[in-house]
Amino acid sequence: MLTFIIYKSILVLIVFLISLGVAAYATYGERKVAAFMQDRIGPDRAGPFGIFQPLADGLKMFMKEEIIPTVSNKFLFILGPSLAMLTALMAGVVVPWGGKLAIGDHFYPLQITDINIGILYVFGVVSFGVYGIMIGGWASNNKYSLLGALRASSQMISYEIAMGLAIVALVMKTGTLSLGEMVAQQGTGGWWNIVYQPLGFLIFLICAFAETNRAPFDLPECETELVGGYHTEYSSMKLGFYLFAEYINIFISSAVISTLYFGGFNLPFQSHIPLDGNWLVIAQTAFFFGKVIFFIFFFMWVRWTIPRFRYDQLMNLGWKILIPLAIFNILATGVLMYALGKV
Amino acid sequence: MLLSQYLFFFLSFVAVLSALMVILDKNPVHSVLFLIVTFFAIAGHYLLLNAQFLAVTHIIVYAGAIMVLFLYVIMMLNLNKEIEPHKKNIPKVAAVISAGVLMMCLVALLKGAEVQMLPAARNSNIGLVDSLGKVLFKEYMLPFEVSSVLFLAAMVGAVFLSKKEIH
Repeated sequence: MLTFIIYKSILVLIVFLISLGVAAYATYGERKVAAFMQDRIGPDRAGPFGIFQPLADGLKMFMKEEIIPTVSNKFLFILGPSLAMLTALMAGVVVPWGGKLAIGDHFYPLQITDINIGILYVFGVVSFGVYGIMIGGWASNNKYSLLGALRASSQMISYEIAMGLAIVALVMKTGTLSLGEMVAQQGTGGWWNIVYQPLGFLIFLICAFAETNRAPFDLPECETELVGGYHTEYSSMKLGFYLFAEYINIFISSAVISTLYFGGFNLPFQSHIPLDGNWLVIAQTAFFFGKVIFFIFFFMWVRWTIPRFRYDQLMNLGWKILIPLAIFNILATGVLMYALGKV
Repeated sequence: MLLSQYLFFFLSFVAVLSALMVILDKNPVHSVLFLIVTFFAIAGHYLLLNAQFLAVTHIIVYAGAIMVLFLYVIMMLNLNKEIEPHKKNIPKVAAVISAGVLMMCLVALLKGAEVQMLPAARNSNIGLVDSLGKVLFKEYMLPFEVSSVLFLAAMVGAVFLSKKEIH
């Protein structure tokens, strides 16, 4: 029992630190990717190739003066970024990061917990993520913050529906809600889920962009209209938490996309690879992180390529295109499964 | 006592306290936030009953969707003033009488109740998504479908009401 608790605590700590580390270096990566796409050099002052830039940025965030508006609700003002950070970190609990490590006679799965409703848990955490933005935006007592918060909440609610419907089709195909089970199915025979659910994947990907408030759907913090959006009044590390939570969300979304549609930690042609035991587990985890980093890069690639949507375009896309498409996807999946006798 | 019993009392305490705060706090935004805390405590009770699916749907539907809309409306209407509009006396008297009648009904109902386990509650898998789906789509197929038609009708009504009139 005690070893179990120690092992779980260590795993939680590692996932926590990796989330923070990846998020920190995603900010550096974003600036480098943006610089590359705009034919610039990007940050290159702190350390070789500027690789200490995230540390410098973090230090700067901590050292800056902290301003809390006097007319705002102080408790809720602090609660906002805390909730944003909390919900961003919570979803990593159910993601399967790798297979089972064998140490001595015991097997230690590299997944904190494989609850049988894993995908719904992720969905619940995502749906709760909107409160950090809403509470922060409202407690700032600033009309631009409030407008940003209202935009964020309506956008997230609208795209959650299409996201949920895209997952329904996937659950029909896999017959399970557990993420561990889904990865196991993609590993033993058959193709990755992207082959069976291309439309579902596309819908899920677009909704992931909207849920993380990334360009082209970054209307909640649209500078040209709303100053800074929901975090206009925030300064110092509280602003840092909001920005950081966004990068953690990108990391977790990339991990969930890889798990659901791209085979999780499974290597392609896994059964032909002459690796066994712990080496295979390590290779799988490395490959999983490779996939995750590719998707993080994809998020950045899109941000620096596609301009921002207009608000009515955003709502039209969500309600009039994505939701009917997702319902069509469910129907098509059902018909195909019936035709192939898989029901 | 078992750990689950401690958790039960803790969750019950949180649920009752935050439910009280919903009606005692004068700021509507605070009330909504306390209501969310109440929903989380109730979801914790579901988890103690091994009904994980119910707990997560409870969070997604109530805390994640409905309360966001509540908060949305309150923020849009700017109801964040801590003053209550002065109400007339007749509604107050009516409210006291109806609440008293409800209280009497509840006491009369619960007076003779005995604490006992339902036969279904002994099956610890009842709340899992497998068994829930089987019960819903086999034994209670018709009520389930009828209630979804009801939801659809309500949705169509809401869309119709909010649509601008076309001349």
